[in-house]
Amino acid sequence: MDSYYDFSLTTFSPSGKLVQIEYALQAVSDGATALGIKAKNGVVIATEKKLPPLMDSSSIQKVSLLTPNIGMVYAGMGPDTRVLVKKGRKKAEAYFRQYKDPITSIGIVKELASVMQEFTQSGGVRPFGVSLLIAGYDKTTGPALYQVDPSGSYFGWKATAVGKNMVNAKTFLEKRYNEDIELEDAIHIAILTLKEGFEGQMSEHNIEIGIIRSSDGQFQVLTPAMVKDYLEVLG
Amino acid sequence: MSIMEYNGGAVLAMVGKNCVAIASDLRFGVQAQTLSTNFSKVFPISSKCFLGLSGLATDILTLHQKLVFKNNLYKLREEREMSPRVFANMVASTLYEKRFGPFFSEPVIAGLEGPENKPYITAMDLLGAPVDAHDFVMSGTCTPAMYGMCETLYRPNLEPDDLFETISQCLLAAFDRDAITGWGAVVHILTPTGVISRKLKGRQD
Repeated sequence: MDSYYDFSLTTFSPSGKLVQIEYALQAVSDGATALGIKAKNGVVIATEKKLPPLMDSSSIQKVSLLTPNIGMVYAGMGPDTRVLVKKGRKKAEAYFRQYKDPITSIGIVKELASVMQEFTQSGGVRPFGVSLLIAGYDKTTGPALYQVDPSGSYFGWKATAVGKNMVNAKTFLEKRYNEDIELEDAIHIAILTLKEGFEGQMSEHNIEIGIIRSSDGQFQVLTPAMVKDYLEVLG
Repeated sequence: MSIMEYNGGAVLAMVGKNCVAIASDLRFGVQAQTLSTNFSKVFPISSKCFLGLSGLATDILTLHQKLVFKNNLYKLREEREMSPRVFANMVASTLYEKRFGPFFSEPVIAGLEGPENKPYITAMDLLGAPVDAHDFVMSGTCTPAMYGMCETLYRPNLEPDDLFETISQCLLAAFDRDAITGWGAVVHILTPTGVISRKLKGRQD
């Protein structure tokens, strides 16, 4: 019966759902796994980047910078993420222009969540087929990790995963996470978690990692060389 | 007649040792006619940030309302207070939005910045061009007189009580050289522990 109500985005089904959002979440679940872990002194986000063998992996970037101190990764439809990255960067810059103060992680999360919600209540549009993991560092509140869903709901996490392997990944993270981990430990746990659901051999070309350290508050996407170093440590 | 001199008035802010002072006269008038001797041009934004506005009285009131509005929404959204520096930038943006039809008011902002309560003062013109200073800032119809007094009397690292004396003398002497400022003054001293506000009675002419 629900499927009779999936033609118009702005119509509730009798069971109280907006089916388009359910379907968007399905698109997210089909996307490559992405995860994030908040450490005492930083945040790490990472994702699989499984591409056909002939594709130039350096031309695809899944982890994006929103501001110097906030980055994000996604699970779901890449092109939809690009729109959100563009909007997020503009909103962050407009905020900085008004206040000469960088936007907080939760600030940009609220803006992006608001955009995503708009697309669930407007005519002629469809929801974004992505869940975002936003990682940032704020001088006043420290490391931050948030998830934003196609519905526009957002959640703060200590550690989480979205996409294909999220259930197993979250179980894995629950076992290994504790509040006192350092960023370096978190990066190792992130790689191990990705490895759990990884089909084939993991290398510096088929995963992407972004980190932000409390010591400098600058978000950076690790180069393949840096990723290789971490992979080598883990053997 | 300049629109900035229609109502008259002056605001002055000064930096002391771990404290700032901000003061204004109390006159509200229309050209030569004085209508009120109780019109303070200094407004609290938070316990650590005060805003002074000189110029056209109607724009002082409207700007103050607009800025309090923006500040309140910021506090609700961000769940934190705006620091003086951030507030100052917001004021500058607000003024520049009206670049080709401005508010006829020149703000002065004084506050204590960050967890260390570092003194911060700034002033800007009616279009939002800011100027940061480490000693004193002012705006109004008797700025030349105030500059003269401040350059003479100001010393760095004054304690709150000495800062109060200094800023008061600068104000009162400067007001006496301007027909449309004066009729009393209000002085606020901001320290990490709190705000002390005092009213001055000068020449009532």
